Amino acid sequence: MKKFLAALAIGAGLALTMPAAHAATPDDTLIEAWRFDDMISLDPAEMYEISTYELVGNVYVTLVSIDPHDTSHILPRVAESWSASDDGLTYTFKLRAGQKFHSGNALTAADVVYSFQRLAALDLAPAFLITDLGISKENMNDTLKAVDDLTFQFKVDKPYAPSYVINVLSASNFAIVDSKLLKSHETNGDWGNGWLKTNSAGSGPFILKSWKPDETLVLEANPDYYGGKPKLKRIVWRNIAEESAQRLLLESGDVDIARNLSADQLDGLRKKGGFEVTSTPQSTSLYIGMNLKNKYLADPKVREAIRYLVDYQGLEKTALRERYVTNQTFLPSSFLGYVDSNPYKLDVAKAKSLLAEAGYADGFELSIDLASTFQERMDIAQSLQGTLAQVGIKLKILSEDAKTALTNYRARKHDLYLGTWGVDYFDPNTNMVFVANSDNSDDPASKPLSWRNSWIDPDMTAKAQALLMERDDAKRKTGYQDLIKAWQPVSPFAMLYQEVQVAAYLPKVKNFFLGPSAETTLYLDVSK
Amino acid sequence: MSKPSAASATETDAIPPATSGASSHQRARRLLLAGWETLISVAATFFGLLFITFVIGRLMPADPLLAIVGERASEETYNRIREELGLNLPIWRQFLIYAWDVVRGDFGMSVLTARPVSEDLLRVFPATAELSIVGIFIGVVAGVPLGVWAAVYRNSFLDHVMRVLGLVGYSVPIFWLGIMGLLVFYLELQWVAGPGRLEVYLDGQVPTVTGMILVDSLIAGDWEVFNNALSHIILPASLLGYYSLAYISRMTRSLMLEQLNQDYLLTARIKGMRQSRLIWRHAFGNILVPLITVIALSFAGLLEGSVLTETVFAWPGIGRYITNALLNADMNAVLGGTIVVGTVFVGVNLLSDVLYRIVDPRAR
Repeated sequence: MKKFLAALAIGAGLALTMPAAHAATPDDTLIEAWRFDDMISLDPAEMYEISTYELVGNVYVTLVSIDPHDTSHILPRVAESWSASDDGLTYTFKLRAGQKFHSGNALTAADVVYSFQRLAALDLAPAFLITDLGISKENMNDTLKAVDDLTFQFKVDKPYAPSYVINVLSASNFAIVDSKLLKSHETNGDWGNGWLKTNSAGSGPFILKSWKPDETLVLEANPDYYGGKPKLKRIVWRNIAEESAQRLLLESGDVDIARNLSADQLDGLRKKGGFEVTSTPQSTSLYIGMNLKNKYLADPKVREAIRYLVDYQGLEKTALRERYVTNQTFLPSSFLGYVDSNPYKLDVAKAKSLLAEAGYADGFELSIDLASTFQERMDIAQSLQGTLAQVGIKLKILSEDAKTALTNYRARKHDLYLGTWGVDYFDPNTNMVFVANSDNSDDPASKPLSWRNSWIDPDMTAKAQALLMERDDAKRKTGYQDLIKAWQPVSPFAMLYQEVQVAAYLPKVKNFFLGPSAETTLYLDVSK
Repeated sequence: MSKPSAASATETDAIPPATSGASSHQRARRLLLAGWETLISVAATFFGLLFITFVIGRLMPADPLLAIVGERASEETYNRIREELGLNLPIWRQFLIYAWDVVRGDFGMSVLTARPVSEDLLRVFPATAELSIVGIFIGVVAGVPLGVWAAVYRNSFLDHVMRVLGLVGYSVPIFWLGIMGLLVFYLELQWVAGPGRLEVYLDGQVPTVTGMILVDSLIAGDWEVFNNALSHIILPASLLGYYSLAYISRMTRSLMLEQLNQDYLLTARIKGMRQSRLIWRHAFGNILVPLITVIALSFAGLLEGSVLTETVFAWPGIGRYITNALLNADMNAVLGGTIVVGTVFVGVNLLSDVLYRIVDPRAR
């Protein structure tokens, strides 16, 4: 027993003398704690996850991009200038001379053609971005052309609004990839997709060094970037799922930035002092979908009543504090055509009279599907359960894993569905999925969000299609504004909030700015 | 916790002790037969495991294709990928294809990581194994002597303290204790390193041999990495160690108490045998065999049950891998991970049987 006690004492002594692992992070390396376990494939023609967009936005360059500080403004990137033909069918881009990929290969118009072709030919989730322009794997050899090394041209099938076409091209899925490098990694005609899932072939300010899923991702500066050399040598993302662990790491200086802190944790940091906090509204909407296959929800009065039964302000001040702001339209606030229109607030009396008019004064039962992984969604559902109970509607909360909830939603098996929707590109047309639906049968070719809720309105669908062709931006703007107002009282949605990204960081980090979308959070100018 | 090895324990007891009269030929035959039986039972267990995980995977309400093609893929893409992956085939054919692939060591591709599941498992399993081994080491080194002590000095102050410690170990969530540990030992006292296995700037400094950083850094002779890894593992492993300590010490105490009441000990004591020899050689020697089962079970429990520890400490292990895969309907990863954990379970049980035979002369 004495020996054992001695061993214990030695062990304790060892623990006490163990080197404290609190060396400050190196000055040329930025270390970020955030949750990026949604990352699946790093191939721009395949990726569709928020964190991957941020990665691709820093590793690749697109022809044009959105100005992170003013989303109505387009910045030249790989392309120096561009023009559309008078008939609105041909677009010509002049490329910046002297651009190089990370491999050292020169970036030419042939690479642009290859990048666009593989987006269409691979035909994966984001392929609709290019097929919506009328460019498909069948016609891509005729529609995409390298006129010379620095001139790229493509033809669209209809005279779309030019602002729409240019806005679409700013999506990271149109990132220009290194065709020479990818061709050397091609297997079985996969356009290098198998290899690019876990590697990179870009020309952006940072080079992907390594990616260990669920663990770390390392980026290194590209000294040959056309826009100048990045100030940091290295960026490390650490996947820390637990919020409180993120806060501990930030407080002890082991990470420079924490990305997923709750409002309470941010309060704690502010109280303690010595930390900076930045936030930017995102283009992601949090909303409730109401399925018209449910006989109660098929009645527009019931849907209108439910819109009056959400405690927008109360939730924004409590469960959703710092993470969401009220937005009852289908457009994020920074978009062309957005109008500040939030007509709904919690009004139980009004909801009661609407339900009485519909003949449901005694109430009924409904269920709501949601992903259990997000506490704030559970909070919203519980609040809704309370307010619905006040008018006699019994709400059953079906809290499931994210994929199950989504499976039900996609199969139109829900009553209510609570979830988020992020935009695909910075143009109002991207969110016409909330408005347009041209086939409400059970197995149509296209299944927009309006279809998922079994709602169809031919007039509004036609209006949305017309706005896509409107070449006058001023008319486009007022057109979408009118559409919002007509849509709000009849749609199958209760639009609730717009997401806000928040980051807390050490004051020694300079120029860190969260963009309005994942691909616009850029690290080029960040320093320590 | 189930007790799969209890069954095999009676099985080994049932083998009649080798008599001196048995010929060497008979003995060899019996040994061969026992080996053959073990092999068949392992194979049957493995096949059952494969079948059940596959069926559960298919019964899950989440659409696995959704994980692959994403929420916004067109119907055309959806159907094409469905066919490519053979998900349109009848279930029994899918199972046969899957089983044949697994037998050849191919668990398919993970949707979440875009890598072969076997490659992922080689990365995450050593992380968990390392954590569990250090954890069980702490649990055994502290738990066994404490359990013996508590039995010898029954109802003493120490015995009461042990009981309270055990109670805390059973009732306090590991999640909370982990955060508290980090707050005290990492943030305030700065004795240990924080979440993760290694400081980022040391990542990749030693070549991967076993995947266990402590071992790999020793092989490479890199003390900086070893110290850093040790500083990271000590807190989560102590936490796991504490939980297994609670179980191990309680079991040791009750096994020991049983022995201390036996007549042979009383006789030995009357004959004037020294107390330490009495306890450690005689009584302890007799509880060693059931204790091995206790430790093996609690080790296997650590391997599968460290999900929360791995989450709190950002430990990239198999528990977190399987959980994440489940939440995202990444079925190949779920099945692969489950089979590995199941195989380890079977392996640990087998190992405890073998140890049993070595330690217990009657089973030889």
